[in-house]
Amino acid sequence: MDLLTPSFGLIIWTLLAFLIVLFVLRKFAWGPILSALNERERTIADSLATAEKVKTEMAQLKSENEALLAKAREERTAMLKEAKDTKDKIISEAKEQAKFEAGKIMADANIALQNQKMAALTDVKNQIGNMVIEISEKVIRRSLEHKSEQENYIRQLADDVQLLGKR
Amino acid sequence: MAQHDPSHEGGDESKVGVSEGHAKKEGFDANEVIFDHIMDAHEYHFLDITAADGTKKPIGIPLPVILYQKENGFSVFMSSKFHHGHTIHEGYRLLDRHYMHENGLDTLKSASGMAVYKAGQVYAVDVEGKPRPDVQVFDLSLTRNVTQMLLALALLTWILVGIASKYKRNGVGKAPSGIQNAIEPMITFVRDEVAKPNLGKKHERYLPYLLTVFFFILINNIFGLIPGSANVTGNIAFTMVFALISFVVILISTNKHFWSHIFNPPVPGFVKGILVPVEILGIITKPFALMIRLFANMMAGHIIIICLISLIFIFGGLSTGIGWGFSPVSIAFAVFIYVIEVMVAFIQAFIFTNLTAVFIGQAFEGEHHEEGHH
Repeated sequence: MDLLTPSFGLIIWTLLAFLIVLFVLRKFAWGPILSALNERERTIADSLATAEKVKTEMAQLKSENEALLAKAREERTAMLKEAKDTKDKIISEAKEQAKFEAGKIMADANIALQNQKMAALTDVKNQIGNMVIEISEKVIRRSLEHKSEQENYIRQLADDVQLLGKR
Repeated sequence: MAQHDPSHEGGDESKVGVSEGHAKKEGFDANEVIFDHIMDAHEYHFLDITAADGTKKPIGIPLPVILYQKENGFSVFMSSKFHHGHTIHEGYRLLDRHYMHENGLDTLKSASGMAVYKAGQVYAVDVEGKPRPDVQVFDLSLTRNVTQMLLALALLTWILVGIASKYKRNGVGKAPSGIQNAIEPMITFVRDEVAKPNLGKKHERYLPYLLTVFFFILINNIFGLIPGSANVTGNIAFTMVFALISFVVILISTNKHFWSHIFNPPVPGFVKGILVPVEILGIITKPFALMIRLFANMMAGHIIIICLISLIFIFGGLSTGIGWGFSPVSIAFAVFIYVIEVMVAFIQAFIFTNLTAVFIGQAFEGEHHEEGHH
């Protein structure tokens, strides 16, 4: 029965101890601890939310980057193609030009050649003419003097011409 | 844990010697050993040394005795002044079981059948040195239980205030360290598993109270497990105070809905006559159950361990060989129960706190209900 009889002293001391401990802990322990725990939980939640936000932002940025990269690649391809086209065009133009110039030079050369040929021919013709005239003059002059001699002379002249021609 | 048992053994072994020295016929008195361990006392009694001439010499730590009596006022002195019940000091005597037995006081019964004198209590004495049961003495002594409780609380306060300052110093940016790691899960457990589910939005108001109750009971449970220490939480006075505090907190938390449910339950008129007294009784039985549950659980564990250890000496009384032979079995069981007791220390602290929270939650349950409708 002693076991079930609460003793007065222990009741008083327990009650007093509890009230003091409750007061002290409430003021110096639970307040700071609980507020710190709450704050930490809030911080963690915030950090997680921020991390999630950053993640989505990163993903968005990445897709944007990819799009940009694809665009850049496309542009590069286009530019390369354009450059190639330009190059081909320039080359073909240069070729045309060269061909044209060459043709022109050839034509000029032909003309010059023709002219020179003509000039040479004219000269030859003139010389022949002169020779013919000279010879004819001499022939005419001789024939008037001697008939035989005339014939010899003609022969000599003809030989000379031949000689001339041989030369 | 196994290390503690030999110390128990040592303490009890010497007691065997005492009993043998004191009254050869009795042998080992397990009852006395058990009650010495379970009950409160005015000193820490560890063991008795039996001298060659058969007289015993108790070894222990004396504690301060504080007594109040209407005529004499306060008396404060150390319990060693009583010389274990052999001498009278300042008009008081500590009733020793052997003194009572020798003077035939232990069999005295009052008219109502209750024992007139209680062993281990301080009584005022008359001129002849006889204890007077009629004089009311208020014993506010710092007994075994009180000193141990105060020590435990000093440690608890020191730990918790230290942790609190750590939180303040480090802020939220730093991870908890040291004992903070051990305490923090318990705090969050009480908050998230006990307070929040039972008290809902109001849990923050009750949290300091619930946490204090939890840690107060827990540290005293753990201190009670130290071999040779007092059984604070297994004392009815201790649990009664906690039950009373719970009762007061529950009553403060009640609302109109709660009382209308008690005095005007939604049942037909003639059933009301039966139900209303039952409901009123229910208010009291809740804290009463809290009181008995903690008391019985904690005391039972202590009794089982000490019984198992006592078995060695009971068998040893029959034959030394049986005593030695049985000791491994007894120690194995004691260790097993001891491990369970460590668990029970936590479980009972949790159960007390949790049920208190449940009862408080019930006290203002109606509000939640109404809030739910809006």
